[in-house]
Amino acid sequence: MMNRRDFLKIMASLGIGSALVLEGIDRIGTAADTIPGSKNLQAGHWGMVIDVSKFKTPEDIQRVAAACHKYHNVPEINDPQHEIKWIWQEDFEHTFAELESEYLSEKVKQMQFPVLCNHCENPACVRVCPTQATFKRPDGIVAMDYHRCIGCRYCMAACPYGARSFNFFDPRPYIEEINSAVPTRTKGVVEKCTFCMERLDKGQQPVCAEASGGAIIFGDLSDPDSPVRKVLRDNFFLRRKVELGTGPSVYYIIGGGGSNA
Amino acid sequence: MLEKALRGSKGYYAWVGLLIILAVVGLTAYLKQFDYGLGVTGLSRDVSWGLYISQFTFMVGVAASAVMVAIPYYLHDYKTFGKIVILGEFLAVAAVIVCILFIFVDLGQPTRLLNIILHPSPRSIMFWDMCVLLGYLLLNFIIGWTVLGYEKKGFPAPRWVKILTYIAIPWAISIHTVTAFLYAGLPGRAYWLTAIMAARFLSSAFAAGPALLILLCLILRRFTSFKTSNQAIQSLAVIVTYAMIANVFFFMLEVFTAFYSNIPGHMVTLQYLFAGLNGSNNLVPFMWIAAILAFLGIILLLIPRVRRNEKALILALISVFIATWLDKGIGLVLGGFVPNAFGLVTEYVPTVTELTIIMGVYAIGLLTLTILYKVVIGVREQTEVGDISPGV
Repeated sequence: MMNRRDFLKIMASLGIGSALVLEGIDRIGTAADTIPGSKNLQAGHWGMVIDVSKFKTPEDIQRVAAACHKYHNVPEINDPQHEIKWIWQEDFEHTFAELESEYLSEKVKQMQFPVLCNHCENPACVRVCPTQATFKRPDGIVAMDYHRCIGCRYCMAACPYGARSFNFFDPRPYIEEINSAVPTRTKGVVEKCTFCMERLDKGQQPVCAEASGGAIIFGDLSDPDSPVRKVLRDNFFLRRKVELGTGPSVYYIIGGGGSNA
Repeated sequence: MLEKALRGSKGYYAWVGLLIILAVVGLTAYLKQFDYGLGVTGLSRDVSWGLYISQFTFMVGVAASAVMVAIPYYLHDYKTFGKIVILGEFLAVAAVIVCILFIFVDLGQPTRLLNIILHPSPRSIMFWDMCVLLGYLLLNFIIGWTVLGYEKKGFPAPRWVKILTYIAIPWAISIHTVTAFLYAGLPGRAYWLTAIMAARFLSSAFAAGPALLILLCLILRRFTSFKTSNQAIQSLAVIVTYAMIANVFFFMLEVFTAFYSNIPGHMVTLQYLFAGLNGSNNLVPFMWIAAILAFLGIILLLIPRVRRNEKALILALISVFIATWLDKGIGLVLGGFVPNAFGLVTEYVPTVTELTIIMGVYAIGLLTLTILYKVVIGVREQTEVGDISPGV
């Protein structure tokens, strides 16, 4: 039998426990919170601006994509049916199919656009996921829990950007050199770009931004003084399929106007 | 009551044996997929759902169609359907089992299936689909089994079953509405993004399901002691006729909206399905066969003299069934993935392994249906003999 003294002790510890839990929940709510003394990067809404004019050749984008894929243990499967890709390139008429025109300048026609997950404000993939294996963090990053994903691929049907890849078989034999800083994936789960959230925690920029030589600018869209907001203020920009209401967080500027031209 | 399914003619044993063999063959193919991954199928990054999900979608319709027998009988006291209402309910049970199996074989990580329950996500239509399908399975099984059990003992069904039958009616509508919502709420797939999707799903279900049910009744009439009246079959055939007309009408509405508005995104999939796109035309023959069969079926069914002819009726029903299967079991799901997010066409061709798994799933469904129908026939034979014996 429990005596009164033990009972009070247990109740007191439960009280402290739940206070801690509530404190934790409170913390999740404010994304811009900084853990004192840590170097991690935080934002109200992470976003990316891609200055396409700074990619002089298709190889420039390939270099960026290769750096991303190498870092993130993305398998190299040279088969369009089963390939996994987080960031790759498409030309104007495929990236912005609805803006296609026969009078498009040769320059724009030849341009290559890096495409990746748009980390939407209203992500359709998150809405449809039956297990919350894909979810939106308070800082705007659309993340994946590879251990919870059941592989139903509803998110792939929902994503209007073709940003998601499915592991049709064990990807590990197709990874040349495994980077132990980030996970590898198993067969039967969906994966995509993570905006390098584990690097942000260490105070580092995303791999693609780092490898792009200034062509990809990454920062806090909610901060008017951030570099991304400055570039957006000074340039005309495009986003993919805005008419769908997804609110993509990846912006494209193609040069030819503004101070960055 | 299950003991009724253990005794049968040689033909019955042979049929059950064949289904078990097909199911085992399907299971071995599935083990291959379980081991290697969905790479054994024809699915791709661009066409990420294929025949598994499209068969699931089609069979939800077959399951829902039981309501077309239930409404006249339970709500309008249409006694003619009294004998066959249980066939509709057990067809629904078998169909839902097939649906659940198709979802299961489609999963990349099937061992994590319970995550849908462990982490319930009410914002996902798939969560609701699971809820309504499981509920519908239980409802139909409980109703069918209980009514049959009381019939065997010579008692009228208890009152609580009556209440369940009323619940099952809107529930049937809900399973196919929710399944339509799986598709109709996705922003990037113009072919699926249509307010009339649920109406189309229900109309094609109410054509295909009762068509199958009539064919099953005719098979039972030929090979067993279960004799469905011509009147019941003709009433069901009228339901098939008008449901199919509604289905074709709804489809034409889609064609009008797409082509009169002239919005490329809304026209492109129809163009791909019926004419091909950039040289990709795998589905074109299937879609035209569907169109021809749909009209053939409707014409045959509309003429009363033809409809009353058993051979013509069978032809008409098979036409309707294949037409709706091609439209929903192939064109609708696969078409939604064309073009992809970049305006490109990727075609999908199922593999032999995939088709073997599908065969296995259908074999399990048919086995379930066979056993349930065998129990029904066994009970009916017993009670009918009981009815007659005192007079003899």
